[in-house]
Amino acid sequence: MTTENHESVGTAPRAQGSGGGPLPALGRAFRGLANFVNSSLFRYVVRRILWGVVLLVIVSALTFIIFYLFPSADPARLRAGRNPNPAAVAAIRHSLNLDKPVYLQYWLYMKNLVLHFDLGFSYYNQQAVRTQIFQRLPVTAELALGAFVLWMLIGIPIGIISAIRPRSVLDRMTMSGSLVAISAPVYWLGLVALFLFAKDIGIIHLLPGSGSYVAITKDPGAWFGSMILPWFVLAASFAAFYARMVRAQVRETMSEDFIRTARAKGLSERRVIFRHGLRAALTPVVTMAGLDLSGLLGGAILTETVFNIPGVGRYAYDAIVNADFPPIQGTVLFSAFFIITANIIVDVIYAFLDPRVRY
Amino acid sequence: MPSSTHASATSDSVQVSSLLEIHDLHVSFRTRDGDVHAVEGAELSVDRGSTLGIVGESGSGKSVTALTVMGLTRFPNATISGEIIFEGTDLVKLPNNQMQSVRGKRIAMIFQDPLSSLHPLFKIGWQIVEAIQAHEDVSKATARKRAIEALREVGIPSPEKRIDSYPHELSGGMRQRAMIAMALVLKPDVLIADEPTTALDVTVQAQILDLIRRLKDEYQTAIVMITHDLGVIAELADEVAVMYAGRVMERTSRERLFTVPELPYTWGLMRSIPRLDAPRPGRLDSIAGLPPSLIHLPSGCPFHPRCPYVMDVCLKVEPKLEQSEPGHLVACHLQVEERRRLGRELVSQHGSRSDER
Repeated sequence: MTTENHESVGTAPRAQGSGGGPLPALGRAFRGLANFVNSSLFRYVVRRILWGVVLLVIVSALTFIIFYLFPSADPARLRAGRNPNPAAVAAIRHSLNLDKPVYLQYWLYMKNLVLHFDLGFSYYNQQAVRTQIFQRLPVTAELALGAFVLWMLIGIPIGIISAIRPRSVLDRMTMSGSLVAISAPVYWLGLVALFLFAKDIGIIHLLPGSGSYVAITKDPGAWFGSMILPWFVLAASFAAFYARMVRAQVRETMSEDFIRTARAKGLSERRVIFRHGLRAALTPVVTMAGLDLSGLLGGAILTETVFNIPGVGRYAYDAIVNADFPPIQGTVLFSAFFIITANIIVDVIYAFLDPRVRY
Repeated sequence: MPSSTHASATSDSVQVSSLLEIHDLHVSFRTRDGDVHAVEGAELSVDRGSTLGIVGESGSGKSVTALTVMGLTRFPNATISGEIIFEGTDLVKLPNNQMQSVRGKRIAMIFQDPLSSLHPLFKIGWQIVEAIQAHEDVSKATARKRAIEALREVGIPSPEKRIDSYPHELSGGMRQRAMIAMALVLKPDVLIADEPTTALDVTVQAQILDLIRRLKDEYQTAIVMITHDLGVIAELADEVAVMYAGRVMERTSRERLFTVPELPYTWGLMRSIPRLDAPRPGRLDSIAGLPPSLIHLPSGCPFHPRCPYVMDVCLKVEPKLEQSEPGHLVACHLQVEERRRLGRELVSQHGSRSDER
């Protein structure tokens, strides 16, 4: 985005030939902005954002419909205590607006969301969903970003090395190991990790286990220790998947004609691989990485639950267990928002990574 | 070399030697299905300022021969033997790091499809500058100036603008010109062109061939032109080698090839050229059958299953590449007189391509 923008800022005044207005800098800036607004990239981004909004409305409506068609439990009855009398249940139902028709409930929800950015209150503990999500978002982001860094640092180098040395010992070991990591469910892997390494229940009392989360602002050292196991558990399957994907990408790229050309130019094999090969092979990986990271920002439900980390995923899990609709809807919307936004950002970035892509 | 038709003036040693000579080159690749014998005893040579045309079907070993000269077939599953003598050095035995300084600098190569052969994500100027800086210790600015000059040289209009284009922004002909500029910017002694016009429009093909010929005359570059198109041979080659199943089966000058071709396989290639001035036949003549598997070659002469003149001896004994007359080598069991008669007959019936040009 920036290069295109700068280019248009730079060329606009020369094209117009204007020099001595009273506010030339402002005029130039304005014309640059006008150029950008007229650019195809800008129109593309605006179009994508409008579609993103439409998509969010559809997602919210679907969540609504699913919850009302197949509720996990009756929220009013859940709130009414152990042996509820029907009058109390009806009163609660009325106070939560649950006695109104579904379309009206949806309308009220959307009105509050759009006008006041109000995601409602938990049926379970009356807390504002928006506040809860914003409190928990940093925790989820810490988990997601840490795991992201970890899986990129593990997956990409392994993928590259196995691609360059196919059928080597390292290639065979990492590729069969990655199959295991991909196949292992996160909750199982999490429990195994706790069983092996947790300070309280582990065979080796090595790392803080489940429920040990401390805010980074309170005690950075303790925070880091408590995140190590969750980071590795969450990163494991991603690292394995990325290793395999990078390996396939690099192998395919290294058989391309332009790699033969690079060798024919007399470049060193190192330069052929790292400059010519990886530049082409890793470009699609950027797309995948952006989307995977954004998917996790909506909450890593299983990891957060196994390690009892107070993030958005844990919040969503509790809400589902308690048939607490407003937090479910809120976390789903946030998750969808991150994925849609990341899609747009990744597509724009791709246009700069690959000059053949134009909007 | 006795087979060389014109004595090289550049060498003052007793033995007359060419700039690049290939002797008894064998290249095979181990695969799951068996060993692929891609090149079997190839004998070739090329001199400064002249063009060697290598012609043959797909899988005849022409590209593998060229890539082996570049040292680009040194895969773990490859077995390479024989000699590739370039200015007195055997490239087959040259270690990888020294081969790297020959590649691109002394011997350059251009490929069939310029779109897939240029890196899609780098500007063409960047790719040419990289080639210069790989071999010469010059500044980026100097290299860029030379890249612009090279682009101008190959006929790319406004090269100072085009240098910042990506390959996909150029037409097919311009891309191949950029490719040639990249190969010639270091003034190599040998340029290997592997089907450089196959992926291009017919009108552009002629321009590219003209360009290669002009550059050859200007810089006295030795050209190895690999093609399946006898038209390209007629246009450009001084010497011709016809390859089949990894073997050089006929070698002679262009004039001789288009007047007295002596190999049944060459006749087949000539017959399969469509002609505009002759009455249109029902279907084009083609060589019956398919090129042989390079894993399980036919016994005797590898061409015998497709040869209309096959004899008993062809099934048992592989013909050697022997001198038919000075400067004309043929690997065929047919009697010399018979071969010449049939070859002349074919040329008189079918017309000679080199006459047309």
